[in-house]
Amino acid sequence: MTALSATGLVKTFGPTRALDGLDLVVATGDVHGFLGPNGAGKTTTIRVLLGLLKADAGEVSLLGGDPWKDAVTLHRRLAYVPGDVNLWPKLSGGETIDLFGRLRGDLDPKRRDELVERFELDPTKRARTYSKGNRQKVALIAALASSAELLILDEPTSGLDPLMEEVFQECIREVRAEGRTVLLSSHILAEVEALCDRVSIIRNGTTVASGTLDSMRELTRTSVHAETERPPVGLDRLEGVHGLRVDRDQVRFDVDTVHLAPAIRCLSEAGIRMLVSTPPTLEELFLRHYGDAVDASDDA
Amino acid sequence: MTSLTGTLHLARMAVRRDRVRLLLWVAAIVAVVLLNAVSTVDLYPTQHSLDLAAAAARGNPAALAFNGPDVALDTVGGQVALQVGAIGLTFVGLMSLLLVVRLTRAEEDSGRLELVRSMPVGRHASLAAALVVVGATDAVVGLLTTLCLLSQDLPVGGSVVMGASFVVVGLLFAGLAATTAQVTENPRVASGLAGGVLAASFLVRAIGDAGSGAASWASPIGLAQKSRPFGGDAVWPLLLCLAFAALLTAAAAVLSARRDFGAGLVAPQPGPAHGSARLATPLALAFRLQRGAVLWWTISLVAMAVAWGSLANSIDEFTKDNQSLEDMFKRLGGAGITDGYLATTLLFAALVAAGAALQIVIRVRTEETGRRGDPVLATPTSRARWAGGHLVTALAGSGLGLIAAGLALGITYGAVIGDPSQVGRLVGAALVYLPSVWLFAALAVALIGLAPGWTNGAWAVWGGCVALGLFGTLIDVPKAVRDLSPFEVVPTLPAESMRWLPVAGVGLVAVVLAVAGFEGLRRRDMS
Repeated sequence: MTALSATGLVKTFGPTRALDGLDLVVATGDVHGFLGPNGAGKTTTIRVLLGLLKADAGEVSLLGGDPWKDAVTLHRRLAYVPGDVNLWPKLSGGETIDLFGRLRGDLDPKRRDELVERFELDPTKRARTYSKGNRQKVALIAALASSAELLILDEPTSGLDPLMEEVFQECIREVRAEGRTVLLSSHILAEVEALCDRVSIIRNGTTVASGTLDSMRELTRTSVHAETERPPVGLDRLEGVHGLRVDRDQVRFDVDTVHLAPAIRCLSEAGIRMLVSTPPTLEELFLRHYGDAVDASDDA
Repeated sequence: MTSLTGTLHLARMAVRRDRVRLLLWVAAIVAVVLLNAVSTVDLYPTQHSLDLAAAAARGNPAALAFNGPDVALDTVGGQVALQVGAIGLTFVGLMSLLLVVRLTRAEEDSGRLELVRSMPVGRHASLAAALVVVGATDAVVGLLTTLCLLSQDLPVGGSVVMGASFVVVGLLFAGLAATTAQVTENPRVASGLAGGVLAASFLVRAIGDAGSGAASWASPIGLAQKSRPFGGDAVWPLLLCLAFAALLTAAAAVLSARRDFGAGLVAPQPGPAHGSARLATPLALAFRLQRGAVLWWTISLVAMAVAWGSLANSIDEFTKDNQSLEDMFKRLGGAGITDGYLATTLLFAALVAAGAALQIVIRVRTEETGRRGDPVLATPTSRARWAGGHLVTALAGSGLGLIAAGLALGITYGAVIGDPSQVGRLVGAALVYLPSVWLFAALAVALIGLAPGWTNGAWAVWGGCVALGLFGTLIDVPKAVRDLSPFEVVPTLPAESMRWLPVAGVGLVAVVLAVAGFEGLRRRDMS
């Protein structure tokens, strides 16, 4: 079951090609991470999914419908948190949350009050006086208080402090436990690692990688630091070993994760006294996919 | 002084950013002065006609209340000062206070100033830059005013004093706005406070000028007019204004040093923790966001209509010995002078109501560009319902303003001449303009839907219609051209009899524009 799918999305604004054949598939019940550097096309994709923009080419299906044609009916089943939350300065936070609940038609006062409590929001303040983080809380509470089956969150925590980030992660886990689907665009890799079942990484309007975090890790290198009784023999001839440095009993190298086993076997033959193996972090995944972004933009 | 570091950079940036806005303000005020000076010179070709006009004005407290004090009314200069003095000073004050708030508190409220202040820029630099820019704009307005007056061969002394009075009143209200901008953290409240003082200044001098003139001393506008351009040319009242301007500016500087960045001196009041159950539809939201605007437009229209209505009965006398003025109202109307005058005031009320309709509908576009539209459209709300909420608010708000103006005109005029039937007659006459007023709401919808980048072009069209309404008959614009304006093509009641065809035609154009706009909005990308 897919909650949403986009294939070959193209969207141009004048001379800029914001989306250039982007693919995105989110399975029902998943928390799906949507990663990319600034200007990669995350917000444009989300605005196409919301029916605010019409794609120039490509297929989009959201909750079984066409987000452009069936916007109003589909929006009964989703909730959205924009990346840049702009509120009406005169309305209080509480009024704004309730307005969105009533526009959606599923205001649940109990759930709303509980969320206001958990996010420690003062709902009596006018939106004019809220900080960025507090404006974000207003939008988050409005979305989380809904019973929508799909949540589309565009960098929802970029203004939250670490304590509130923790509350947010709890809430998303609850949403997932209820079998609801979340599309989470984010810059915060720890958050994506903590929450997401699958991720899609995009760059320059195209998808460069998509899959479970585990499957992506296999494509990258694990770094190994060992202390051995004797210098290891033949490590430098093994496939997938990079940057080998042997300094007396200290051995350091990176190895393609699929070739990890033979390398460890070779080390153990040399008598392992200490072994630290560091799996690739999302940061490394990220850098691997964006590392050549500078070169690419030079070519363009 | 390090607290002023960066002032000139900020001033240059402000001029660069607001160059069109500054230009339009200056051009509008100077154009009013020039056109009035030219037409006044034409209206009174002989000393005899001036003497008659002076006598008529002196005998008419309502005219003095509206236009200004009795100074040298038997000279062309004095008549020009009567026509453009109080109004011109009010507009210079309005321009100055709006610009100062825009460049200070509005910048601070938007968060842009925070970035600027993190750079090597002094604490008072943004305030100083705003006052430099606005002060320079006031100086340009004053200089051009003097040149316009000189171009009509008016006396040098009076022309200079009049120009200078524009400058000092501008500076005074700039200083006042700089102070109110420190008091509240909300830019609209800051402009509202200073604007309230401006309105009170106009009112106090109106009371003064209609009577002995004593009360006018208490009003900044009245005080500036005590310089008596073309009738004594006193400089010291202007110096007094200048001293007040300096005092207010100093107060603003002191207050701004005593408060935190982003804060006001008065803490904002908390709002309700829960939304009202009625705030549940796009229409309710639009009304909630715009009810203040609707209220202010309606109050302004009623105030204008009351002033016009109380003058109506003395118009006959005012124009009795002045063939040109009589011709003017006759050309507008065609029937009696009074009915011609009433029809003209209703035309102005309709133009103001159209401005209200435009402002309210254009909120759709600012909601979109301010990215407040997206979260609403992400709920089960269609674009038509979202924009429709603002359109309905605009139609209701501008209709309310127009009817209230007709009602106020009818009640005041009816009370003056003791004829209650005027109420129904003038409300009916006002309603003839309803399709024309709504046409502007529809025009804005059409632009928002089909050419969103050109939305503010609707204001240019409105400005054209205002110019035709004010000067179209004075400078002999051909009837065929005037009929392009939806306000000129419809019959001007009560001076003319009703003709349904043009009214229905205007209504039909409005419907077509609105439908086209909604269709465009449905098809296009949201920006």
